[in-house]
Amino acid sequence: MEINKPKEALFSKKNRKLLKDPMNINNPITVQVLGICSALAITVKLKPAIVMSLSVIVVMALANVITSLMRNMIPNRIRIIVQLVVVATLVILVDQVLKAFVYDVSKQLSVFVGLIITNCIIMGRIEAFSLGNTPWKSFLDGIGNGASYGLILIVVSFFRELLGNGTLYDYPVVEKLGLYDLGYHNNGMMLLPPMALIVVALIIWWQRSKTPSLIEKD
Amino acid sequence: MNINSNSYTYIFAIAMVVIVASLLSIAATSLKPFQDKNIELEKKSDILSSIGVIGENPELLFSEYITDQLVIQDGRVVSSDIAAFDIDMAAAVKESNNSRKVPLFKAEKNGNIFYVIPMRGTGLWGPIWGYVSLKGDGNTILGASFDHEKETPGLGAEISTPIFQDQFPDKVLFSQTRDGIEVRKGDAYGLQQVDGISGGTITSVGVQTMLEDCLVPYKEFLLKLADDEIEIPSDSILSVVLN
Repeated sequence: MEINKPKEALFSKKNRKLLKDPMNINNPITVQVLGICSALAITVKLKPAIVMSLSVIVVMALANVITSLMRNMIPNRIRIIVQLVVVATLVILVDQVLKAFVYDVSKQLSVFVGLIITNCIIMGRIEAFSLGNTPWKSFLDGIGNGASYGLILIVVSFFRELLGNGTLYDYPVVEKLGLYDLGYHNNGMMLLPPMALIVVALIIWWQRSKTPSLIEKD
Repeated sequence: MNINSNSYTYIFAIAMVVIVASLLSIAATSLKPFQDKNIELEKKSDILSSIGVIGENPELLFSEYITDQLVIQDGRVVSSDIAAFDIDMAAAVKESNNSRKVPLFKAEKNGNIFYVIPMRGTGLWGPIWGYVSLKGDGNTILGASFDHEKETPGLGAEISTPIFQDQFPDKVLFSQTRDGIEVRKGDAYGLQQVDGISGGTITSVGVQTMLEDCLVPYKEFLLKLADDEIEIPSDSILSVVLN
């Protein structure tokens, strides 16, 4: 009976798992292989990667909660369309509000609006999780996956900006260290999209070697 | 109620579209005045920064430094229904060089007269734009600022950085050999050449084309300024003396 079920604590072990799992054994990029496209596009520099990560966390948490609240009303046959509408509406609303009140931030973000709407992680998590779970759990799942996505983005962009541009968050690290005088050159190839894939692949390699449960048996 | 029946699906879809559409249109209309204000302020601060004025209150600084706003067509000052500031450059550059009406901002700073010309062109992925400010002789560049919508970060997008823009001051726009500034690959040698961005060739060439294209309507007007300058000491000389 629904009524007699003991109420689950807000941060029960199961709920904490929702936040923690995406960080490692269920990482959206390296394990679920979702959101690769945007990971290539915006990891050239740290700053846009951080902005994108924060936006995805916010949009994903909200979209997860909203679809979870509507989960018993959404007709099965048009559920993907409904999800897309929810995400797109949220992103456009946030963009409009930013444009009106924090114009500088919105200029940074405008490039990402399209990337966020079509981000496969958001669609993937709504489809796989929030359509079958309560709003609070969906919220945690959104935060967990968003943050883990951001983590990978930041790691990748750290290496790409440092090796490709010689800067970190636009601060000229390599120049300050005096490496250019010693004949060091930036590796321009790091700025090109394929290098993002290679960095992601290296992360996957490292992660699998540390986590035996991820290694396929055959 | 069966949520997977046809009728429910239609009702749900219609209701969703109506709710979302009204939500978005309410948001868009009610926020429009704020957004327009922001765009106007940004434009003002862009124009100001091309003559080296950067400050907290662009609204106030703009009325302080910009003394005149002219509408130019085919080398002459003309009257226009639209104020110079409100001219949409994106639409203007679509017309032919001699028929388009374009704005010219006249500024005064420390007793020197400057002219600011807005530019608009195309880069690799989308539009690029900028402002070029000229000294009183209508030929020597005081400063240039460029911006873009979606050029590649680290490559074409570098046109909006000082590395590229700092090459422009003291170059000249018009000479016997050419109008505009040539963007060269590695060997910028003269008063009308700047170094392009490695890896950003198409965007760099876009800047060159934009300069050439956008200067045409102003050319006669600016050359006349240069002729007038012969009689009085030019601002460039004056500023050297003052410095």
